[in-house]
Amino acid sequence: MNQDNNRHTMQIKETRIVLKNAGKINPMRIDDYTQAGGYEGLRKALQMKPTNVIDELMDAGLRGRGGAGFSTGMKQKFTSESCQRCPQRYVVVNADEGEPGTFKDRVIMEQDPHLYLEGTIIAAYAIQATKGFIYIRAEYYDSIKKTRKAIEDAYKAGFLGKNILGSGFDFDVEVKLGAGSYLCGEELTMLESLEGKRGNPRIKPPFPAEKGVFGMPTLVNNVETLANAPIIIANGKEWYRKLGTERSPGTKIFTISGQVNRPGYYELPLGVSLKQLIDLAGGMRKGRPFKAALLGGAAGTFVDASMLDEKMTYDNLREKGATLGSGAVIVMAEGDPVYDILHNCLRFFRHESCGKCVPCRVGTTQLVRQADQLKAPEGNKEDLLKQMVRESEIMAGTSLCPLGQSPILPLESAARYFKKELCNPV
Amino acid sequence: MSTHDIIKQFEPQQHNLLHILHALQDANPANYLTEEALEQTARHLGVTKSSVYGVARYYTMFSLKPRGKFIIRVCASAVCELLKVNEVIEALEEELQIKIGETTKDGTFTVEQSECLGQCQEAPSMMINDKVHNNLDRGRIRKILQEYRS
Repeated sequence: MNQDNNRHTMQIKETRIVLKNAGKINPMRIDDYTQAGGYEGLRKALQMKPTNVIDELMDAGLRGRGGAGFSTGMKQKFTSESCQRCPQRYVVVNADEGEPGTFKDRVIMEQDPHLYLEGTIIAAYAIQATKGFIYIRAEYYDSIKKTRKAIEDAYKAGFLGKNILGSGFDFDVEVKLGAGSYLCGEELTMLESLEGKRGNPRIKPPFPAEKGVFGMPTLVNNVETLANAPIIIANGKEWYRKLGTERSPGTKIFTISGQVNRPGYYELPLGVSLKQLIDLAGGMRKGRPFKAALLGGAAGTFVDASMLDEKMTYDNLREKGATLGSGAVIVMAEGDPVYDILHNCLRFFRHESCGKCVPCRVGTTQLVRQADQLKAPEGNKEDLLKQMVRESEIMAGTSLCPLGQSPILPLESAARYFKKELCNPV
Repeated sequence: MSTHDIIKQFEPQQHNLLHILHALQDANPANYLTEEALEQTARHLGVTKSSVYGVARYYTMFSLKPRGKFIIRVCASAVCELLKVNEVIEALEEELQIKIGETTKDGTFTVEQSECLGQCQEAPSMMINDKVHNNLDRGRIRKILQEYRS
C-alpha cells in the first residue's frame, strides 16, 4: 500500500477562541480589550439571573481546565447553594500553574489578562461572591504584573468595585502570591496558603464549596476555565457546543514540548488526536520517530505510538488508561530514555511532597530509591517494578491529596508501555 | 526601608504572611530572611515565631541563609531534562565554580534548582531573579553570566 493512503489525518488548524486576542492586542491596555469585544460577556451576564449564568455554563458543558475536568457549572451551583447563612462567599482563581510541561495559564495571563479577569467577575456574580483572590505563583512575574494592571484598570472602568456597571453587584479582587510550592496548586492546599499557612492539604470533605477560604463557601476555578466563561456567555451555549465533542465541548490549550519542531501552545477543539497535534507543532524534530508522550505532566501518563490516533478528550483518554490533565504534552523520540523522565517525575514528587501523610512522605522517597535499583546490575527487575506499582497504588489509596495519588499515573503507564526498557535502563 | 517599616505596610493578619516574607526578602540585598525579620513578623501578626519559621521553611522561594545578589533558578523539570539541562547545569557550575545550592564567594550568584518554570516551549530554561532565560546551552550561559557580572 502506498504510504500516502495512511495519511488519513488531515493537517488541522488552530481554533482560537480563548486565545483570539493573544498577540493581537496590548495586554496592558484595557481599551484594546474592550474594542475587541471585551467585557461584553460581563455586561450580558449582569442582565441575567445569577442562576441562569450558572445554567448557561453548565449546559455549555464547560469542564475544569486545570486537569480534573469537573463540570464548572456544577461546581458553581454547589458553591452558590451551600451555607446560605454564611456572611461571605469567595472566588479563588487558581493561577498557580506548576504542572511540568504546562504553561497555558501563563500565556493567557501574559497576553490577555482581562479575559480571565472578566471570567472571574462573571463567576463571582454567578455565585454571588463579593470578594475574590487570584493566587499566582510568585515565579510568574510577568503574569503578576499584567494581572495587577488589568485589575487596576478594571476598577477605573467600573468593571470591579461597587455597583458594577450599575447592576448593584459589588465585587473586589486582589492578587495573592505563592512562594514556590507545586502542592499549592491543589485547591484545598491553595486555601491554606491563601490564609498565610504552610501548604499542607486539608481533609475533604468538606469541599471548598461548603467550607473554603476563611471557612466560607469558595469557588476555586482555573485561569483557562474562567477565560472560557465570557466567551460562553457572549456567544451562547449552542455556539460553544459546536466546538469539541459531546461530552468534552469547547477548546483546550495544549502546550506541547520536547522533540517537536515547533513546541508551544496550540488551542484546539477537544477531540483532536495526538498525531494531529504533533503535526501542527511541525512534526518530530530532525524527523526522528515518535517514541512516547507524557500527557498531563508529572501527574500524567505515558503513552506510546499505539495512542497516536486516539481522540484527546477527558473521557476517551481516561477509558484508555491515559489522562488529558492540564493539556501538557511532552514528546519523546526514539532514543530518548523513558526511564530518565519517569525518574525525573518521581524525584519531583519526592521534592514536592509536604510530608503530612506518611504513605506519601515515605512512598515518594521509596519510589526514587527503587527506581535507582532498577539500574543496579542484579536483582529481579520485573518484580521490583511490579512492587513499585503496587506501592504507588497503596499511596493513591491512603494519601489525602492528589500528590500522593499521582505517582501511580506516570509509573503504571510507563510500566505498561515500556516495561522492557524500565527493567533494563541504559 | 527598615524591617519595621516594611512590615508596617501590611495589616496584621495571618493571610498577609507570604506577602510580608516576600517583601522582607526582596528588600534584603543578600536575598534571605533574617532571624530578626521572622521575629518582628511574628510580633506584628501576634503569632509564634515558630509558626512564621514553619511557613518560611516550607516555601522554596524563601531562604533562611544569605544568598547571592542574583538567584539563578535552573529548571529541573522533565522537559528541560529531556532537552539536556544537565549540560546547562554543568556549564553554570564550571563558570561560577560552585555547586547547585551554593553561593559564589563574592556573593554575586546563587544557583538553585527549581521545579517547572513553565517555559517549556523554549527549554532548557532558567530565571535570574525576575528575568527568564530560555534556549540555554553552554555558549548562552557564558554570555548571560557576563552581562550580569558587568
